[in-house]
Amino acid sequence: MSDSLEFDNVIKGFGTVKALNEVSFSIKKGEFFSLLGPSGCGKTTLLRLVAGFEKLDSGRILLDGQDITNLPANQRPINTVFQSYALFPHLNVWDNIAFGLRIAKHSKAYIKKEVEAMLALIQMEEHAYKKPDYISGGQKQRVAIARALVNRPRVLLLDEPLAALDLKLRQRMLLELDLIHDEVGITFLYVTHDQNEAMAVSDRIAILNRGKLEQIGRPIDLYEAPKSSFVAAFIGDTNFLDGWVAEQKLKEYSLLSIENFPKVLCFNDKQLSVGDPVHMSIRPEKIHISRERPADRPLINSMPGIVEDIIYQGDHTKFGVRVDGHRMTVFQQHSRFLLDESPITWNDKVWLWWHPDDGFILERYQMMKENDVENSFEKSEQEQSELGKI
Amino acid sequence: MRTKIEEVGLTFPSALWLIVFFLIPTSVIIFYAFKPGDLYGGIGEGWTLSNILNLFNPRHLAILWRTVWFSLLTTGICLLVALPTGFFLAQISLKNRRILLLLIVVPFWTSFLIRVFAWKSLLHPEGFLKKALVALHFVHEDTLLLYNAGAVLLVMVYTYLPFAILPLFTAAEKFNFNLFEAAMDLGATRSRAFYKVFIPSIKPGILTAFLMVFIPAMGAYVIPDIVGGVNNEVLGNKIAQRTFVDRDLPEASALSLSLALAVLLPMMVIFCLQATGSDKKKSKKASNS
Repeated sequence: MSDSLEFDNVIKGFGTVKALNEVSFSIKKGEFFSLLGPSGCGKTTLLRLVAGFEKLDSGRILLDGQDITNLPANQRPINTVFQSYALFPHLNVWDNIAFGLRIAKHSKAYIKKEVEAMLALIQMEEHAYKKPDYISGGQKQRVAIARALVNRPRVLLLDEPLAALDLKLRQRMLLELDLIHDEVGITFLYVTHDQNEAMAVSDRIAILNRGKLEQIGRPIDLYEAPKSSFVAAFIGDTNFLDGWVAEQKLKEYSLLSIENFPKVLCFNDKQLSVGDPVHMSIRPEKIHISRERPADRPLINSMPGIVEDIIYQGDHTKFGVRVDGHRMTVFQQHSRFLLDESPITWNDKVWLWWHPDDGFILERYQMMKENDVENSFEKSEQEQSELGKI
Repeated sequence: MRTKIEEVGLTFPSALWLIVFFLIPTSVIIFYAFKPGDLYGGIGEGWTLSNILNLFNPRHLAILWRTVWFSLLTTGICLLVALPTGFFLAQISLKNRRILLLLIVVPFWTSFLIRVFAWKSLLHPEGFLKKALVALHFVHEDTLLLYNAGAVLLVMVYTYLPFAILPLFTAAEKFNFNLFEAAMDLGATRSRAFYKVFIPSIKPGILTAFLMVFIPAMGAYVIPDIVGGVNNEVLGNKIAQRTFVDRDLPEASALSLSLALAVLLPMMVIFCLQATGSDKKKSKKASNS
């Protein structure tokens, strides 16, 4: 498949803040591609650059190999679904959808045919003559999508389109979005801060952090093989352990020394040698928890701990377990009756164990500190106030 | 549910206000309009239609026509200037907006009469503006800037412009500028988006601005009197003249009546327009539920 959108060294700043710093990547034709990151990471700025609402400081944006960097918004074959829908309140659903076609001066018959096809696609035929104020949030959402799609854009931009909907409706709309994407087959560029949304529908996801691209990959790549501690922490929950390589074991495994913690065996694909500092991550659901000590095997990390915290979350229980000087988060699925023991409670002595392949080693320096998080929020506010002025 | 007594009690003050300051004076005017005048400037005995018939005399019709024409032109120019101004004001930063709004309101701190006289001296053949324009070769030495229709329009627009800007700015401030981006995203140029999305969205503000300028413009008499000279009389001047100079109250009343009708008619039309607009919405809502 060829590239639909290509970002070439995109730089964009607001005042002294760099919203996007040397971002380069490409999106394939027909892909459902998500931009994911915390507020202020630059994802919305990137979307606005593609739509043409912002000018980039330097770099290029290519659409199907053609440079659109300096093309004004109204001349780009790209349409946007806005976060707040931005439906025209003085026009009814029909006229809202027809807006772009009328601007493009299509024939009346063509407009009628296309608008009605769209109304059928979003199942809004019976509401065609209502004003936006008189339809529900989910319906507005669908109209916003139809209004954009009816122009047959080469790329559809979606700016947190589900943020204003409640959880159940969000899940249903997400499914509908996926179906619409399969039906129309054009490139979707989806911006969200919600990892679940992105994981559920995307072919690939780009994770942005403070204007920099952290990682691009399929949802499974990002979850199972994050390249940085930021990605590991942003997608799902995880336990981080700081230490250094103490010993090379077998061929691809290293024994890690961690302060106030038992030695941990971990898969080492980074060619680190003895003495190198490491930052290790292990996902809570990969850790087994039991009062019984596991059988000894060559490739296993097992350690005793004390349960300090239990949070019941319906489908699973989240345990906080003290292991020496560290506190580990562990998820246990509720298949309790299959387990041959009574439920674990507070202050129980338990054993934690996991396979060395389930842990992964990350570069240490990328750990995000708490004040960094605050900084990035301040930045996002600044960014938003800058946007508000335009 | 409110009881009848509460309802009457709550509406009484405003009803009293309307009766004392609107209903009674209007009735007096209507009453006088059908009375003959007496020699000493009072109201005579009996009834007559001559004051009303006199309204249709071509001299009066010409003045009425000029009044409406001046007012419409003033309103039109004010709206044309105020629309982009409101659009612009709604988009700039809060700090700049406050400064500009202050600048728009500041002239009101000076007496209206003084401002009109200031214009008179500016436009006067020996005035600063005239001399500056002549020096810059924009106008000829012999061109008169004062005592013509242009001078009246200029000062009327100057006076009533804030009344157009403020309601339009208020409407524009509530406008969701995402809609503007949405229109551009769908292929509209800036001007297309302005006409297709911005203007329809602030329609109530435009109607308010129209009334806020048109009504006082219809009643204006100081401006035409001071900068208009003898050939630019409007209804207001005529009424003032009949009242203060000729002491012919019945004829002044008849003229006032015609002015009131000329103002009320467009107002009624606009209210009807607004009412049908909201009725449509209501019926749609009803069919929705």
